[in-house]
Amino acid sequence: MTAALRQDAAPVAAPARVPLVSVEGLTVKFKGGDGSIAAVNGVDFTLERGKVLTILGESGSGKSVTLKAMMRLHPARKTTYGGKIMIGGRNILALSERELVQVRGSVVSMIFQEPMLAFDPVYTIGHQIAETVVRHEGVSRRDADKRALDLLEMVQIPSAARRLKAYPHEMSGGMRQRAMIALALSCRPDLLLADEPTTALDATVQMQVLVLLRQLQREMGMAVIFVTHDMGVAAEIADDVAVMYAGRFIEAGPVGPVIGKRLHPYTEGLLASTVHGASRGERLETIPGSPPNLAKLPSGCSFAPRCKYVEQRCRETEIPLFKPEPDHSARCLRIDR
Amino acid sequence: MISYLIRRLLYSVPIALGVSLMIFMLVHLAPGDPISAIAPADAPPDVIERLKVDYGYDKPLPVQFALWLGRAVTGDLGRSVATGQSVSGEVMSAVGNTIMLSLCAALVGFTLGAGLGFVAGYNQGRALDKAATAIAIAGISVPHYWLGMVLVIVFSVQLNVLPAVGMGPGGSSDWAWDWAHMQHLILPAITLAVIPIGIVMRTTRSAVAEILNQEFVQALRAKGLSERHVLGHVVRNVAPTVLAVMGLQLGYLLGGSILIETVFSWPGTGFLLNTAIFRRDIPMLQGTILVLALFFVFLNVVVDLIQTAVDPRIKRA
Repeated sequence: MTAALRQDAAPVAAPARVPLVSVEGLTVKFKGGDGSIAAVNGVDFTLERGKVLTILGESGSGKSVTLKAMMRLHPARKTTYGGKIMIGGRNILALSERELVQVRGSVVSMIFQEPMLAFDPVYTIGHQIAETVVRHEGVSRRDADKRALDLLEMVQIPSAARRLKAYPHEMSGGMRQRAMIALALSCRPDLLLADEPTTALDATVQMQVLVLLRQLQREMGMAVIFVTHDMGVAAEIADDVAVMYAGRFIEAGPVGPVIGKRLHPYTEGLLASTVHGASRGERLETIPGSPPNLAKLPSGCSFAPRCKYVEQRCRETEIPLFKPEPDHSARCLRIDR
Repeated sequence: MISYLIRRLLYSVPIALGVSLMIFMLVHLAPGDPISAIAPADAPPDVIERLKVDYGYDKPLPVQFALWLGRAVTGDLGRSVATGQSVSGEVMSAVGNTIMLSLCAALVGFTLGAGLGFVAGYNQGRALDKAATAIAIAGISVPHYWLGMVLVIVFSVQLNVLPAVGMGPGGSSDWAWDWAHMQHLILPAITLAVIPIGIVMRTTRSAVAEILNQEFVQALRAKGLSERHVLGHVVRNVAPTVLAVMGLQLGYLLGGSILIETVFSWPGTGFLLNTAIFRRDIPMLQGTILVLALFFVFLNVVVDLIQTAVDPRIKRA
């Protein structure tokens, strides 16, 4: 199945070193009843075909918002975007509504955190997958149904033919998430956005889904942006890691250096607060305080109020991006020394 | 599905029985003796006794109920105390008129209500939503018998374009599908539609707004569906809720509106009930209410079945 899917995929003749995704100065603001909320405050990154970027951060850091901005999924009336999102040569933020729906689901697709909520409860799984295929590839319903069956087999759903006719509530959580993956991959996207796809699952199922996802990603040569708050998951799947805090990437680089060197105190805190970082019998450390109110961010470093190394100068200036190594960067004044 | 249908129909038997018992009791609890309504005030006691025996009011209540129920099952609802006519005949012709009127009102009310509700829910918080909501609130708050009278004053008295009362030219009650008859439907149907417009609109609006806030709508957009297709999904999701409310509203409409049918002298069940109450015509009252109640029971079964058909989460097979 997977072989067949790959066969159809046109050979990617991407010009050398032009990344699939390039994001520059992305900002996302939500207009609310009481003023606006700056959820993303200047995010830059590039991602090449076949690579996995993991965005790591706690709730409210802006990681899911960044992800959804990649296909302009926030309600248009309440959202102001800034900056530039280039995916395969298109600027997502400048596309017309009509062009945008062509891109969504075919060039870029998405897996959601809670598959129970992400499927329409009154249509069968098969219908919802076939619908996407018909939408983007203009094939007949019958062919689309056949493709849906192939996809369910590809994500290793047992008795796939029967599951096609199942409604979302008739499946288990792990199976629903597999079906969600099948749906997202149905039109062979270049870029897959995964919004905490394993968070809502049981620990054992989590690992299975993660392994499946990585296997499919390698087979299909997709780029993936994977959002999670779980350091272990990040280490498992990522090529690159970006740590997000208060709407900014405060540290970014290849997974080894970021986890190994931890330039930013926040990354350090995140690692210290996971069971992966501590050994048995040791007390887990937590980061004191809570993420800042995005409606009124502090001046200077937004992590300063919670940082154990905080100095006076941290609160005074915008913290620039330091690059001690060409591909490993962080926003912390301590690097400068 | 078939077994569910049979089971559902069997469930409605005890409900119908209970309903008929209640109806029988209620009418007998109400003050006023049917005999005193037909016999002259100075009738001698032996005449009154004779009348009681003739109409069966001399027997104990449980026996009266059993006899009444036994006859009702065979379709015989007795004779009107006031006119001597067969109750089932009168009720059936009134039911026909009421069904015609309520279906017209339902058509207007449900289309407008669902349409406005959808627009409002989709544009939640914007001017369009506020306008539609204002219409709905007005529809629910305005006393509809008053609205009926105002419409009569405007369209029949002032403008003289539509007839004020009855269901046919010259007060005839023989229906025909021509303009002369159909124009009699317009004012009562519009008046009757006002409440369903409001209620269906509010239900649809909140259902649509709720569905639009669910994550799967975002997921539908994420897979590149056009807005039209997304709305198709929304419609399918709100359908069970809206249909249930429509079913209940249709039930109320079929129950006949005493006020509206009286204002427009529409010879339906409401009008019949009103007359029967004033004449203390107990057999007529019992017969009419029974038929209406059975309607309601039947309609609930239909709504249940439709909901089961549209919503896969309701599994009742």
